[in-house]
Amino acid sequence: MADLDVPQSKSRDLDKLLLRPGNLVGPDFDPGTELRDDMREYVRILVVGAGGLGCELLKDLALSGFSNLDVIDMDRIEVTNLNRQFLFRLEDVGKPKAEVAAKRVMERVSGVKIVPHFSRIEDKEIEFYNDFSIIALGLDSIEARRYINGVACGFLEYDEDDTPRRETMKPMVDGGTEGFKGHARVIVPGVTPCFECTIWLFPPQVKFPLCTLAETPRNAAHCIEYAHLIKWPEVHGGKSFDPDEPEHMKWVYDEAIKRAELFGIPGVTYSLTQGVVKNIIPAIASTNAIISAACTLETLKIVSGCSKTLANYLTYNGGEGLHTKVTEFVRDKECLVCGPGILIELDTSITLQKFIEMLEEHPKLLLSKASVKHGKNSLYMQAPPVLEEMHRPNLSKPLYDLMGRVQKDTIHVFGTALKNEEKQSSLTKLRVVFKGADGVADMDTAIGA
Amino acid sequence: MSEPKTKYDRQLRIWGELGQAALEDASICLLNCGPTGSEALKNLVLGGVGSFTIVDGSKVEIGDLGNNFMVDDTSVGQSKAKSACAFLQELNDAVKAKFIEENPVTLINKNPSFFSQFTLVIATQLVEDSMVKLDRICREANVKLVFVRSYGLAGFVRVSVKEHTIIDSKPDHFLDDLRLNNPWPELRSFVETIDLNVSDPVAHKHIPYVVILVKMADEWAQSHSCNLPSTREEKREFKDLVKSKMISMDEDNYKEAMEAAFKVFAPRGISSEVQQISNDSCAEVSSNSSDFWVMVAALKEFVSNEGDGEAPLEGSIPDMTSSTELYINLQKIYQAKAEADFLVMEERVRYILKKMGRDPSSISKPTIKSFCKNARKLKVCRYRMVEDEFSNPSVTEIQKCLADEDYSGAVGFYILLRAVDRFAANYNKFPGQFDGGMDEDISRLKTTALSLLTDLGCNGTVLPDDLINEMCRFGASELHVVAAFIGGIASQEVIKLVTKQFVPMLGTYIFNGIDHKSQLLTL
Ligand SMILES: [Zn+2]
Repeated sequence: MADLDVPQSKSRDLDKLLLRPGNLVGPDFDPGTELRDDMREYVRILVVGAGGLGCELLKDLALSGFSNLDVIDMDRIEVTNLNRQFLFRLEDVGKPKAEVAAKRVMERVSGVKIVPHFSRIEDKEIEFYNDFSIIALGLDSIEARRYINGVACGFLEYDEDDTPRRETMKPMVDGGTEGFKGHARVIVPGVTPCFECTIWLFPPQVKFPLCTLAETPRNAAHCIEYAHLIKWPEVHGGKSFDPDEPEHMKWVYDEAIKRAELFGIPGVTYSLTQGVVKNIIPAIASTNAIISAACTLETLKIVSGCSKTLANYLTYNGGEGLHTKVTEFVRDKECLVCGPGILIELDTSITLQKFIEMLEEHPKLLLSKASVKHGKNSLYMQAPPVLEEMHRPNLSKPLYDLMGRVQKDTIHVFGTALKNEEKQSSLTKLRVVFKGADGVADMDTAIGA
Repeated sequence: MSEPKTKYDRQLRIWGELGQAALEDASICLLNCGPTGSEALKNLVLGGVGSFTIVDGSKVEIGDLGNNFMVDDTSVGQSKAKSACAFLQELNDAVKAKFIEENPVTLINKNPSFFSQFTLVIATQLVEDSMVKLDRICREANVKLVFVRSYGLAGFVRVSVKEHTIIDSKPDHFLDDLRLNNPWPELRSFVETIDLNVSDPVAHKHIPYVVILVKMADEWAQSHSCNLPSTREEKREFKDLVKSKMISMDEDNYKEAMEAAFKVFAPRGISSEVQQISNDSCAEVSSNSSDFWVMVAALKEFVSNEGDGEAPLEGSIPDMTSSTELYINLQKIYQAKAEADFLVMEERVRYILKKMGRDPSSISKPTIKSFCKNARKLKVCRYRMVEDEFSNPSVTEIQKCLADEDYSGAVGFYILLRAVDRFAANYNKFPGQFDGGMDEDISRLKTTALSLLTDLGCNGTVLPDDLINEMCRFGASELHVVAAFIGGIASQEVIKLVTKQFVPMLGTYIFNGIDHKSQLLTL
């Protein structure tokens, strides 16, 4: 296809890395024009988030030899994005981020195709994520990272001897920033720790005790949270508070002012009210640029092998002087998400219904309202109602039959799990072994012993 | 907030109105607008820098389309400076954008006075010889300078300023200024009004830990000939003493008191860093001293007179378990002391200015106030002249780094980044810049690096062949991601230098894109 052929000199600088052999490179590095052209033609990368990091990631990937990109983001552009999300202009406010970001990069860099998805990440089919060679995360929420991490690790399969199968690994690069600080990391499920293996890196946010808010407020934030968390529901009953509704914010601000005056507490401002209520993380262009560039560089290395890979976590701190540090974290062998999965032994007679009930009791899972998937096949879905009804007949059938009467296999269960006393959406991998099926299980046990 | 301010909301939360005003007052000059320069400038334009002037004499080539976001297909053959200027202007119409189509090296050689109009110069992709010349020009004109270079998977950022003084250094972690080990009379008498043995359990668990610790420290001193706990054993005993006052296990204020007990043991007086600043020869002020040093001179007097060894009180307290009333009263006592210290400092500053024949009101109240509030966190950064570092770097430092596994890659690149400029001066091209002749370039670069090391006094030092090979493989390429990373760091340093907040890097930051074991070298 001659019309898609880009003149060679356009990748003048990148060619030095992709076409020339090197000494400090990845184990499978095979330099040459084929590598460069294959990257353009066959490699698909998904950018999750089109915010501060996402905009940078799209630009960086488009200028690093990748031509097939997708971007997913459910947000619309706001004025406060404009100090760093450089693909957006004032006249774009209100438009979907993913669509504008994709358009702007395609206008500037010819030959690059970016498919935007104005959607929640949870609303995509799981298989959607399997179409990409690498997933680049430009997110600001831990929950969203957990979700994508769960999906990507869900694709990972293990051999009989618990060796992860390389062709099922879905690498991720993940970045995060706050003010002058940030991190970039590489997650290769089954090889490097996944997000869940090192969840302790993201300690839960400290909330003010309710009795402080109600009885002994001492600073402006206490007054604001009182107005937001206690006064609002008291006055508005069932109407929920919407932080993006300026009138709601103004109400909280006015109430906070009243409370502050009552107690003689200084410092309540509208800006602080927004900061506290929306939990605003300060953000600047330069840090996003640095972190996204590190993530893109690692993407380029993972795909091409043109240099060593970051092992596996880079922290950046530019507040006091400049500090960068590489830490090699280790996998949690017990990890529910990237490990071989929870081994569950079942009778061949157990029905899907009984199995779903069992998940609720299982001490490691405590999973309620579970949907069950075997490979690409849904065995049962809790929602939407149409699909629930469609799969309902399966509930009375034996799981063994539904899984095609194999002696052991991996299935995925999705539902609500109780983690740290909080209900969370959870996707978990299970390795199901049927006792006595074809006598193979017994033989395995015998060999193992 | 009006729209222009709303758009800066997320950064105003970091550097405030003052920082933003400084940024909007700054005029930046960018030398060369390849990807490294364009990316550095992009972050500053987004942040709302006052104005920029791009100096670049080159035309856009097809190759530039693959690494620079500030050019597009239609700009091929046209001035790169013009294209980058137009695309950068699109990002923020509040910024004044200008470009000059000229080779920066010509400007450095022919028109050195050109640079004196700027707040700061970002010099990208210059070779050693031009760096040295520009550094001299900017020092003389008192223009801040940041050098940036991307080279394959390597690169550097180097700040060069004669002296950068910071009042608002915004450290991440800093001990709050509570004076638990040295309470002033008003704090002491406030503490005396509170009874730790109050019978109401609700009141008991709402006594702020500051009060508890001042009382306990007093009690301790009375039975220990006026001394505070100093040995490990004494410190443990002190904590036990605090614990013994608890009447129930759920008293958060006592738990906080035990955790904060170390603040009682902390040494009195100013830190060695502040001591060093007051001992600096610049603190002997003269009529052309900067405002910073005038205030340091006042601080020095304050510490040895009214301060009784201490700097002015910061005046804020952290949140702590307390009744609202006690907390607010405590807050007022700290604020009142800070205000009193400020008034003394202000008087001293005015007097010093007057003595030197300067307008006594030439330093504003808010500036003095900010200085007092941050007196314990002052920073002074000084940078060697690039010429001095290049001709006479710290050999011990280089050798130490070469022997250290974490540093060897970075210092290797430092040497090689300099060696490629020598190579280019000799052979009119960078090693590996063109295809073919790679083996010859490798052996030539090796020889060049060796002779450079010898010239620097590092005899017998050998760089790993792998690194030399990689450097030739890079062939002076400017990769977009490396440019974005290094340009991003440069823009962050510019923000720190311009806003005079936070602390800029000291030394040369060497980027190692192979394994990210980058390092800051002070040579
Ligand atoms: Zn894991």
